[in-house]
This record gives sequence, C-alpha cells and structure tokens, in this order.
Amino acid sequence: MSFINYSSREINCKVVYYGPGLCGKTTNLQYIYKRMNPDTRGKMISLATETERTLFFDFLPLSLGEIRGFKTRFHLYTVPGQVFYDASRRLILRGVDGVVFCADSQLTRVDSNEESMENLRMNLREQGYDPDRLPLVIQYNKRDLPNLASLAELHALLNRRNVPEFEASASMGIGVFETLKAVIKLVLIDLKRGRRQ
Amino acid sequence: MSHGSFILREPEYEALLSALRKLMVDASAKVVFLVDKDGTLLASAGDAAGFDTTSLASLAAGNIAATGGLANLIGEKEFSILFHEGERDNMHLSVVADRLILVVVFDRRSSVGLVRLRVRQATTRFAAVMATALAASEEELEVVEELTEADIESLFK
Repeated sequence: MSFINYSSREINCKVVYYGPGLCGKTTNLQYIYKRMNPDTRGKMISLATETERTLFFDFLPLSLGEIRGFKTRFHLYTVPGQVFYDASRRLILRGVDGVVFCADSQLTRVDSNEESMENLRMNLREQGYDPDRLPLVIQYNKRDLPNLASLAELHALLNRRNVPEFEASASMGIGVFETLKAVIKLVLIDLKRGRRQ
Repeated sequence: MSHGSFILREPEYEALLSALRKLMVDASAKVVFLVDKDGTLLASAGDAAGFDTTSLASLAAGNIAATGGLANLIGEKEFSILFHEGERDNMHLSVVADRLILVVVFDRRSSVGLVRLRVRQATTRFAAVMATALAASEEELEVVEELTEADIESLFK
C-alpha cells in the first residue's frame, strides 16, 4: 500500500524483488546502489548470513524526483530466495506496490523459477492481493552465462500475464535499470488507477 | 484488486506530531518515531537528526513483522510490545492502532516501566488520529488523479 504524506509532500511506494535462491535479486540492488547518485539513494541494508545469503531482506531507499510538487520515494526490498525462508517472504510482501520477478536463466534452474513464481502467486493471495493484477515485471537474469533456457521457453513458463520482461545480467548492470524503470512506471500507473476504483 | 493508498494530510500529521511530542516529554524519552507497518516513517519528535530514519523505519517494521511471525507460531496474533536494551540507549517498540509502530528511544533518565505506561496512555490519542486519517484517505487526491504518462517519464530524465 503506497503512502502519501501531504504534509511533507511525499509519495512512498514499496517494490519487492522476488525469485529463486541465487537468481541475482541482491545483485540488482547492489548495482542500483553503486550507480545511483548518493543524493538520490539512502543506505543499503542487507540482513544476510555470514556467507552473504539473504537471511531476511535487503533494503534500498531511492528518491526519484518530484511529480507535481510531490517527492517520489521508492523502497526496494529483496526476499530470501531459499525455499525454507517462506515465512520471511510472506512478511516482506506486506504492503507491496509492485514486484520484480528475477528469474535465473540457466537451464538447470528452470524448475526453481517455476516453483518460485508459483510461491509468489500463493503468497500474494495470502496477503489479500490478486496476483493477476499487481504490478509485475519479469527479469530473465544471467543471460551472460552458458547453458541457458531460451527466452521463448522462459516466457511460456513464467509470463502468462504477458507483463513487461527484460533480459539482464545484473552483475554487469545489463537490464537492471530498464527493469527498475518499468516496475516504477507500472506502480505509479496502478496508483492512479487504484484511486479511480 | 485495488490495494489503495494511505494518505496523511496536514491536520492529521500535526495531530500525530503533537501526540509524539507529548509522549516524548511524558516518557522522558530522547526521541520517538511513528512508523507504518510497511516500513515508512510517518513522523518523529526529538533529536532525530543523528538517526538514519529511513533505515530505522524499515528495520522496525521488519522487527515487528518477524516477531509477529513468531507469535503466530505459538498461536498468538502478535507480540505488540518489544523492548531492546542497550548499554546506553534502549528501544521500546509497540504496535498502535493496528497498523502503526511507535518507537521510543530512551536512556537512563527514564525507565521501561515509565515508557510502557506513557505509551499505553498515548495509544488512544494515536488511534483517534489514525481513524480520522484513514477516513480522509478515501477522499480524492489531486496529485494522483492528475498523474500523466509525461509526469512519470519526467522522473527518468
């Protein structure tokens, strides 16, 4: 649920990066953190294990500029991808305004992507969202690696809603900002549409 | 489904701020924050300048969410009060009006008992303001109604 503060003239929205373990959710946020002007981003927080696997979440606040005198702030979160952290994933989805589903393009990870997408849909329903209507963008990450599933195959498995999708290599920064921009646009459009319903 | 948005207007913001200031004095606290359960800071009173308030809001919400998950595991709805004791400063977190988290930072000039008492007394004030704010959230908001594709594009230039 977005939060609009009329007094400080701010619009706050929450975006969650979701996907299977080691698909590159944290890498997306790290790249955004590295490339954004320090004036427009806050501190990145990673609640991770000693081996740098996300334990609870990563958090990166961004300020993107003003719309009609209102500052727009986006809070980016990642979830822990490992299957057994499902309780934490559900908590992080609370109040979400838009989701980036980060898929691992490697052939060996096809099943994990499918399982994670199904898990996302189930957890959204549990939080009272309609998984067919929440703003969603899909990123096919790790396109720089060998032994990849084809885009057509990934699309058929993961993108039944036909939402915006992007090829990416988050470690090299390819596709990271295209994905972010797309989800932010969808969230703002949905904010407007939501007010009309 | 429309999951909507929560709008905080000037009068309710001022009312929350006034309640926070009173709580800070009554509880002899150093600083108090009001945070949305989704992790956004609504207002603060006291010397918040030394704090990374955005991170604080996000972690406070994560803290309440995680302990809420623990509560569910033993059949409780949530643990509505958390207390963290430090060497110099302490932190008292409590859920108010179902969707807000009140964070009180205090040192040895106060005590957990006093903070708990004052927070309990302040809760009804916050709940009343939130009821008004939530009702006002249903009204139209020009900035969102008039949002255009061009406005959104302008963010990325």
